[in-house]
Amino acid sequence: MIAPTLNAYVAIAAVLFALGFLGVLIRRNTLVVFMCLELMLVASTLALVAFSRFNGTMDGNVFVFFILTVAAAEVAVGLAIIVALFRKKQTIQVNELNSLKN
Amino acid sequence: MAHFLFNLFAAFTLICAAGVVVSKNAVNGALCLLLSLVGVAGLFVGLNAYLLAFLLLLVYAGAIVALFLFIVMLLDVKGDQRPGLKHLPLVARLVALALVAAGVASFLAHGRLVAPAAAAAPALGDDLKLYAYQLFTTYLLPVQIIGFLLLAAMLGVIVLSKKFEGLEDIK
Repeated sequence: MIAPTLNAYVAIAAVLFALGFLGVLIRRNTLVVFMCLELMLVASTLALVAFSRFNGTMDGNVFVFFILTVAAAEVAVGLAIIVALFRKKQTIQVNELNSLKN
Repeated sequence: MAHFLFNLFAAFTLICAAGVVVSKNAVNGALCLLLSLVGVAGLFVGLNAYLLAFLLLLVYAGAIVALFLFIVMLLDVKGDQRPGLKHLPLVARLVALALVAAGVASFLAHGRLVAPAAAAAPALGDDLKLYAYQLFTTYLLPVQIIGFLLLAAMLGVIVLSKKFEGLEDIK
């Protein structure tokens, strides 16, 4: 059993962030890459809430409120871009989207 | 009890996050993301951030994951190969391994945060009052900017999803 200290919360946030980063690096499907991006965002909010709680201020919580809003806007725009990309290229695999390469 | 719930939600979150990374099917990935977010909401409750836990479930699990599932099923992408490390060059693998080892070593060596004991949680109503007070005094300008950001995002999504006649020939 691990005690719920600040250290433990930040370690969990770090592992969650690393998992999301790993997904961004190794996955080929743009949608899954985007989900892993969301995972990284949530990991950062977890760290903010933990710091806010253990320092007795509300500022971290307010920041998380803003991060949630920005994440919602980001997902809407990102998914619209992915749909537009699929319409144009008929694929959303990262390794097939290489128009800028040559 | 608090210890048990903390461990339960932490393990649940991390296992489901790993599920997002390794799942072959994007629908399974989205559902794993949903479960992982539920775990994070549980951790938020453990941190006395009840409003944020509720917002996380409402905004992320309710809206964002539903949007993801909708797009995954709309595009219906087939043949995503299993995520593998085979295509990585040897140098990249060695550098990644060294970085992970350095990170773990530095965490074990001096990863002890000097944590003050958790401040006594205010009563439930006081908590929300403090939150709202900060939002409408200290952070009033960011709230306005966020409103404009949402408006801009909405307009941008409409423009992106609309089909324009002249743009079809742009390669």
